[in-house]
Parts: sequence; structure tokens; C-alpha cells
Amino acid sequence: MESLTRQHAQVPPPIRRLDPQDPTPAAEAAPERSTNFVAAKRSIAAPQFSIRRMEVDKVSIHYDAKEAVKSVSLPIRQGEVLALIGPSGCGKTTLLRSLNRLTELTAAAKLTGSIRLDDVDIRLIEPTLLRRRVTMVFQQPNPFPMSVFDNIAYVLREQGSRRMKKKVLEPQVHSALQRAGLFEEVKDNLKHPALKLSGGQQQRLCIARALAAEPEVLLLDEPCSALDPQSTAVIEDLIVKLREDVAVVIVTHNLQQAYRIADHVAFMYLGDLVEYNSATRLFNTPAQDRTREYVSGAFG
Amino acid sequence: MTPGGPQAQTEELPVGLPGGLTEPPQPPPTNAVEGSSTWSLLDRLGLAFCWFLGLLFCAIAAAIVIYLLIKGIQFLKPSMLVTPAAAGFTEGESGGFSDAFFGTLILGVMSLTLALPTGVAIAVWLVEYGRPKALARVTEMTVEAIAGIPSVVFALFGTVIFSSAALGFLSRTNEGVVFGRSFFAAAAMLALEALPLIVASTREGLNAIPRHVREASYGVGKTKAATTRRILLPTCRPQIATGAMLGLGRIIGDTAIIVILLGATQNFSPVEGAPFPLNYLRGAGTTLTNFVYEASPTGNLNQPDKAYAAAFVLLFIVLLLNAATDLIHSRARKAGTWSH
Ligand SMILES: Nc1ncnc2c1ncn2[C@@H]1O[C@H](COP(=O)(O)OP(=O)(O)OP(=O)(O)O)[C@@H](O)[C@H]1O
Ligand SMILES: [Mg+2]
Repeated sequence: MESLTRQHAQVPPPIRRLDPQDPTPAAEAAPERSTNFVAAKRSIAAPQFSIRRMEVDKVSIHYDAKEAVKSVSLPIRQGEVLALIGPSGCGKTTLLRSLNRLTELTAAAKLTGSIRLDDVDIRLIEPTLLRRRVTMVFQQPNPFPMSVFDNIAYVLREQGSRRMKKKVLEPQVHSALQRAGLFEEVKDNLKHPALKLSGGQQQRLCIARALAAEPEVLLLDEPCSALDPQSTAVIEDLIVKLREDVAVVIVTHNLQQAYRIADHVAFMYLGDLVEYNSATRLFNTPAQDRTREYVSGAFG
Repeated sequence: MTPGGPQAQTEELPVGLPGGLTEPPQPPPTNAVEGSSTWSLLDRLGLAFCWFLGLLFCAIAAAIVIYLLIKGIQFLKPSMLVTPAAAGFTEGESGGFSDAFFGTLILGVMSLTLALPTGVAIAVWLVEYGRPKALARVTEMTVEAIAGIPSVVFALFGTVIFSSAALGFLSRTNEGVVFGRSFFAAAAMLALEALPLIVASTREGLNAIPRHVREASYGVGKTKAATTRRILLPTCRPQIATGAMLGLGRIIGDTAIIVILLGATQNFSPVEGAPFPLNYLRGAGTTLTNFVYEASPTGNLNQPDKAYAAAFVLLFIVLLLNAATDLIHSRARKAGTWSH
């Protein structure tokens, strides 16, 4: 399975941009602690630009007495993909959900520190507005039990309203599906029940749904963990393509994946942010021993 | 070593399986099925018992339906559904049971109109809001308590309430004395009886929706209200329908409330001087269930033929409701569900 995924990454489909100038990161790796990554090639181009959009500033999150995230600070940039990695239970999901205030739905969760979106504290932004600017894709594909078209239309319409005719919404629905790379597969039958699509298609529909709100930041919580290597490869390409339109944050347990698509990687351990670094450096010349142990598969 | 050979091969490599690999040998085709021959004697006896019980219940249900079907077709005349019952000594003279038939329909519609929105609202509040916790616990216990109360107790309680002067406008009033028996009174108490079934079924439906589905809706900026209306309630439509179905079964089948709160008169007894629908709804009446009882050999009317005809109509209504519920369920199945 794993080798098949890698093969996919090495033979990029035409949509992935190849950068001949990209220095081979494998060359930076010290040979004696050779990780799996020496063999893997990062085939994505260096970012064309990067603009700081969000700022996580000394954020701690408690569930009652338990501290799930401990004073984490990091930037989130448009033009880049940021990957959050770390062993299970280290607080990745909690941190990700706090970025659009979904943690507030858990009564026990308390957040201290501040998160800013374009220099505005997100606590000052009305949650429903914030959640349209910072949208989220979940681990389990979860389209709504309605047609493909209605899944997107629901996001475009005002709250619970049914106003705005299908005809009016059509261009926006098509463009969201196109951005998520799903349009070609579903265009013949947009009335198809969304939950009868394949898992990979469902997840891309969820990405289309998240994109339909025209967000500035896209959060993805292990979006490929329920998918086969083929669908994973499609979604990875998509994420890389999206990074210039939206700032992308992805949580993943698949270190290969983080290495393939991320520009920066944050490694968390038991709620602490151990290391925040560029992907090539974090995987090949980690600054912290903990990181090295983790990326070489010592634990996790 | 043809010139084009090796190149063509490298281009094809990523598409198919890596070169040289062949598929593993297929096992010889068999149609082996798991048999119970390896089971212990007790397990096999248990399985046999399950089969026996299943078939027995099928047989009982089929016997009832077929018997009523035959009797019904034999005795039911369409005119019975539009002819009111009348005093008479023979089956021919005593008319039909139109008042009972329409009484059942009216009560079903009225009770469900009260119980369905209330029950669904309670379930939504319990599952989606449920705060303060203490209030939610009390609500839960109240609903459970209502589910356990026999309908005759509701009936007695109803007479106390609807005989009060303040509620005189819901029934007949004679020289300051409030009669307290009417379709309004009966429907209110029957609604209370159907309520717990609707609450329980709707809660079950809401609880079956994974949390991340709600969060997906909140996560694109939808409010709780919008999520409930457009995602949660449509998703648990089948369970709501099941609850309504079970509730309606109770409503249609009840007799205590009909006798005590509806009056169980043979015919409608509209209140004079009230405008059209209100005069009937404020008056007394009867239902098919009660008619079947009265027309059975133990009842006052003793017209068993008509009892069969009315029972057949009752059964038909219930089967129709079942079919409608099944339709809603199969529609939902077509829409699919989440993998857990
Ligand atoms: N709703 C909750 N209530 C209480 N504690 C929680 C809740 N959600 C998460 N936690 C705790 O917070 C810690 C971090 O959880 P989180 O889900 O963020 O981890 P994670 O890094 O996403 O793990 P995984 O990789 O397994 O998804 C865990 O110890 C978990 O037990
Ligand atoms: Mg997680």
C-alpha cells in the first residue's frame, strides 16, 4: 500500500507543477540517521509567495482540567500548506478546531491566548462569519444526505433559507465542484445522492463544500485517512493546487503525505509544539531529538 | 530488443502493475457456505426455536389479516362509510358507521397535529440543546412517566381539566355546567399518549447522526437552527415517521379516552349555535375502535357483521399508514448514510 502511494507521488499527474530548480531535499539528509524520506522526492514546487493570514499566539486549550494544547504559537500562511503531525492524542485536532472556533461547541473546552485572522482576534468575529472564512473538512467523509448539487447549494444559501433558485446557483456550484476536481465525474448527474458516491468522491465533495463558502483558510483533519492510495493522490494534488487561493492547514498521521505536500510542518507532542520548521528541514535535519525520533518511526 | 520496446515499457509502468508481477493463483471455485452442522446441539436447538417462533408469528399475523380480509369483503359495503348509524333491530335498518369512521380520522389528524410538532420539538431540545442539564433530566423523566401512564388515567385527568369553566369553549356548556367531553378534549389527551413514542423515536434518529455531520454544517457557518431544519430533521424523517405511526396506532386503538372524554355516542352530536367545524369538534362522537367493541357480540349493538366490516376498515387504515412509513424509510435508504 505504502509503496503504491509513493509511486504515485513520484510519477506526478500533469496537474502537479514540477520545479526543476527545487533542490533535492534528500541531499540535505545526514546518511547515518536515514529516514524513509531520503528515498522520497518532494515533487511540488516551492511556494510562489506566502502571505501571513493567521497567527496562533500562545494558545492553550483545556478540557476541564486536562491541557490538550500547551501554549502553541505558529503562523498560517496563504501560498503554503502547513501540516500538523504528532502522535495520537497530542492535540492536533483540538488546535485545528480552535482555528474556526469549533472547539467552542464542546462545553468543557477553554481556550487562552489568542488567534488572529488578518490581525483581528477571531473572538471578535461572529462565529458563523468566521466559519465561512475558515472552513473545515473532517476525517470521515460526511456529505449531507441530499444530492450532490444540494450539498453545495446548502452552503451558498442564506442559513436555512431555500431561496435562490437552482438556476441562479448553478455557476457557483459548478465552480466549487471544479475547484475540488470532482466536476468531471459528477456533471452528468448532479442529482445523484451524495452519500452514494465513492469515499474519495465524497471527500472531494466535502472539500468542494468547504470551498463553496469562498474561505480564506481551509482546515483539513486527516482528510485521506479513510481513503485508498488513488483517491489520496488525487486529493493531495488538489491541496497543493489550492494553496495559492487559500491558506491550507492539514492534520495527518501519514508522514509521507506531510512530506509530499507540506511547505511547513509543525510537530506536536503531548500538547506541546516541539518543532515548527520547513518540511525539508523538519524531516531531514530536525532541530529537536523528539522530532527526529518521531519522523524516523521511533514512536507514534 | 526492438527499438521502441523498452521505452514503451517504462511509460506504461506507473499505469499498470509493476512489470513482471502476475496475479496470485485463484483458489478453485466453490460455493461453500457456513453450515450449522458444526454447531453445538444447544445452538442448533436455539436456531430451530428462532425459526419456529418467527414462522409462528408470521402465521398468526397472516391468519388475522386473511380472516379480517375475508369477513371484511363479505360484509363491508361502501355505503357504510357514508351512512350514519341508526337505531334499528336488524343489520339492514341500523345504517352504517360513517360517524365512527370520520371520528377516527378527525381524532387522528387532531391528535397528531398536536403531538407531532410537540414531540419533535422536545426531542430536538433534549438532543441538540439539553441545557440546563437538570431541566433536561426532568423533561426526560416526565416523558418516560407519561409513557407509563394507562390511558384511563389520562381520561380521568382530562375530565377534570376540560370540565373547568375556563375551558368551556372546548366542549358543550349547559346552564353553566361544562360537559367536558368533546373531540378537543379527547384529542388533547390522546396526543399526550402518543407524545412519548414520537419523542423516543425522534431522539433515536437524532442520536444516530454522527457529531461530525453537525459540525460540518456549523463548520460552513450555519447556525444551529439552520442545521436542525435543513440537515438534522430531514435526516431523521424516517424515525419521525415511525414515531408518528406508532403514536397514531395508540390514538386509533384507544378506548378508555373515547368512552370517558369523547362520550362514545353512536353519532356526532354537534353543539347548536357554533360555526361549522367547531360545532362538531366541541361535541361528542365515537371512533371505529369503539364501534367495533359496541357492535361485537358483547357490545350494546350486537351486530357482528358490521363489527367485522369496521374492523376491516381499521386494519386497512393501519396497513396504509405502515406502507407510507415504509415508503419514507426506503426513500431514506436510497439517499444513503454515513459509514461509522
Ligand atoms: N471533547 C473532548 N473532551 C475531553 N477531552 C478531549 C475532547 N477531545 C479531545 N480531548 C482530549 O484532548 C487531547 C487531544 O485530543 P485531539 O483529538 O486534539 O488529539 P489528536 O492529536 O487529534 O489525536 P488523533 O491523532 O488521534 O486524532 C486528548 O488527550 C483527548 O483525550
Ligand atoms: Mg485528531
